[in-house]
Amino acid sequence: MADVMVFLEQRNCRISTSGSEVVTVASSIASEIGGSVHVLVLGGPGTAENAAEFGQFGVVRIDIAEHAELSDYNPEGYARVIRDRVNQGDYAAVMLAATTLGKDLAPRVAALLDVPLATDVTGVRVEDGQVVIERPVYAGKALVELEIKATPALMSLRPNLFPACESPESAQVHMFRPDIDPGLWPVRVLERKTLAKSVLDVSDASTVVSGGRGMREPSNWRLLEQLRDALGPGAALGASRAVVDAGWRPHSEQVGQTGKTIAPKLYIAVGISGAIQHLAGMRTAQTIVAINDDADAPIFDIANYGIVGNLFEVIPRLVQEIEALRERS
Amino acid sequence: MRVIVCLKRVPDTGTSIRIDISGSAIDFEGVKYIISPYDEYAIELGLRQRDASDDGELALVTLDDMSAQETLRKGLAMGADSAVLLTGDFDMDGLRTAKALAKEVESAEAELILFGIKAVDDDQQQVGPMVAALIGRPCVTGVLSFEILDGRAICCREVDSTTEVVEVDLPAVLTIAKGPHEPRLATLKNIMASKRKPLEVKAAALTESRVCVRGLFKPVSRPPGRIVGEGPDAVPELLRVLREEAKVI
Ligand SMILES: Cc1cc2nc3c(=O)[nH]c(=O)nc-3n(C[C@H](O)[C@H](O)[C@H](O)COP(=O)(O)OP(=O)(O)OC[C@H]3O[C@@H](n4cnc5c(N)ncnc54)[C@H](O)[C@@H]3O)c2cc1C
Ligand SMILES: Nc1ncnc2c1ncn2[C@@H]1O[C@H](COP(=O)(O)O)[C@@H](O)[C@H]1O
Repeated sequence: MADVMVFLEQRNCRISTSGSEVVTVASSIASEIGGSVHVLVLGGPGTAENAAEFGQFGVVRIDIAEHAELSDYNPEGYARVIRDRVNQGDYAAVMLAATTLGKDLAPRVAALLDVPLATDVTGVRVEDGQVVIERPVYAGKALVELEIKATPALMSLRPNLFPACESPESAQVHMFRPDIDPGLWPVRVLERKTLAKSVLDVSDASTVVSGGRGMREPSNWRLLEQLRDALGPGAALGASRAVVDAGWRPHSEQVGQTGKTIAPKLYIAVGISGAIQHLAGMRTAQTIVAINDDADAPIFDIANYGIVGNLFEVIPRLVQEIEALRERS
Repeated sequence: MRVIVCLKRVPDTGTSIRIDISGSAIDFEGVKYIISPYDEYAIELGLRQRDASDDGELALVTLDDMSAQETLRKGLAMGADSAVLLTGDFDMDGLRTAKALAKEVESAEAELILFGIKAVDDDQQQVGPMVAALIGRPCVTGVLSFEILDGRAICCREVDSTTEVVEVDLPAVLTIAKGPHEPRLATLKNIMASKRKPLEVKAAALTESRVCVRGLFKPVSRPPGRIVGEGPDAVPELLRVLREEAKVI
């Protein structure tokens, strides 16, 4: 009887929310194969206090390594501790979230364990004892179904996709001292600069207002900022590559095949034509709105709702009406 | 400074993807290939390092079939000095690809081995750090730009909304993201020169694949949308449908 291991990320001793999604998926896989879910958390002193809450997602064992040198992520250090831990159990699958950290870490773990890795998995099931996964390829233009013929089946799950469900178990917290030697970790962080707190990253936003070349010049982003602000604190700005390459907007805002892949509740494309590489980054948004003066722009093929018109007239009106709406409610 | 860039050719990102009759592969008929965009950024940063040192040299490596020679020539035309084509098939088992590449680059004594952060066909984002782990070199992923200082690479990377400066001792593996340095275009002179640059072809050392493709599918298409109106007067109707139908504001 094999188990499923989930590696959970923490930042400042708080477990990140994508963790509960992974734990939920792991629980359903574990129950199919008759095993249980073990979670592994690496962090600085204080991490254990917050980890116990994961019992509510069906975890039976929480392994925690608290060590001052593990409070910040270190790829080499983390990968080795995970490898050692996996080798001590009998795991059919090892899962983590496909976040920036998860994507940095998972391939190293794969190489150390000598097992293949499936990245950004959007579906998992077990069929005749075989782990079968589904994941997007070609920037979401196709999906592939794969059988992983190695144990454990190692995978990172796409965040914000799987709903987290509660199924309470009384988790046993188990602390251990990892065998680490930070002096041997070759990657050292010299500096970390967090962008202004008020700026929500486009990947984390539930509403995204994206501007393209139709905006004409950088100073016109004032209009999109007004729209973002009217839409509330969950809204962020995005951009097409054309305006990023022109230097009008930072690369961190770029949505698309060579930018970010996002799935917000609401995506508003303003003056964006809808090139296939742009669609690759936002096609899974729940609701897409397009504002463009060209009725034939391909963005209208993917949009749920569109307004054909001059954005310089439509956006100010939109801002005004949303503000009026907020005042009334 | 010896630099190696591992590159992969991928279908042009503007190509629409068709699934062939077997149902488990892409129909490659008529597909145009490009160097995976992030690999072009890797070549650009590699060329800058090569040019900054007197005895600089940049070699390209790819694992693919014979037709990838054309792709390697494009990289040579950007300015790379030599290329190696490891012939063999690759699949979704990225570790298998990594092992074949590791075997080649391990013996090459390069101070810098560069990868794209991901190949934009399979979007696996894994081969670079796997190669690094296999050959026991440190690896920094998602590097936007870097400089070399006293045997170390000082790298700038972005993690969510944080920018990080990290240093790593050489020899090191870096995976490159889209940063401030746009890939250069091939000049006519370099295109001519590329035809005479060494391109070695040898068989890849491949292990058995442990990832098996069951099938490929098209994602469910979105329900058809609609134009709610023209010009600013359509705004109230847009807000109504966003509230009442989509329930997103
Ligand atoms: C390898 C590769 C990778 C790429 N990756 C990405 C990526 O990650 N993300 C991305 O976005 N692109 C990417 N691209 C670029 C992509 O192909 C397009 O060139 C780009 O998305 C176009 O940006 P745009 O829509 O802002 O500009 P345009 O295509 O120029 O569209 C501007 C639109 O604005 C409309 N417009 C103009 N004036 C007004 C007005 N007053 N009111 C209303 N509408 C107006 C026009 O009708 C037009 O539809 C990539 C390309 C390649 C080759
Ligand atoms: N077949 C290959 N040949 C050479 N390099 C490759 C190959 N596959 C992947 N790579 C390199 O690894 C990077 C990441 O690929 P992937 O992990 O498949 O997203 C690519 O950008 C290339 O630099």
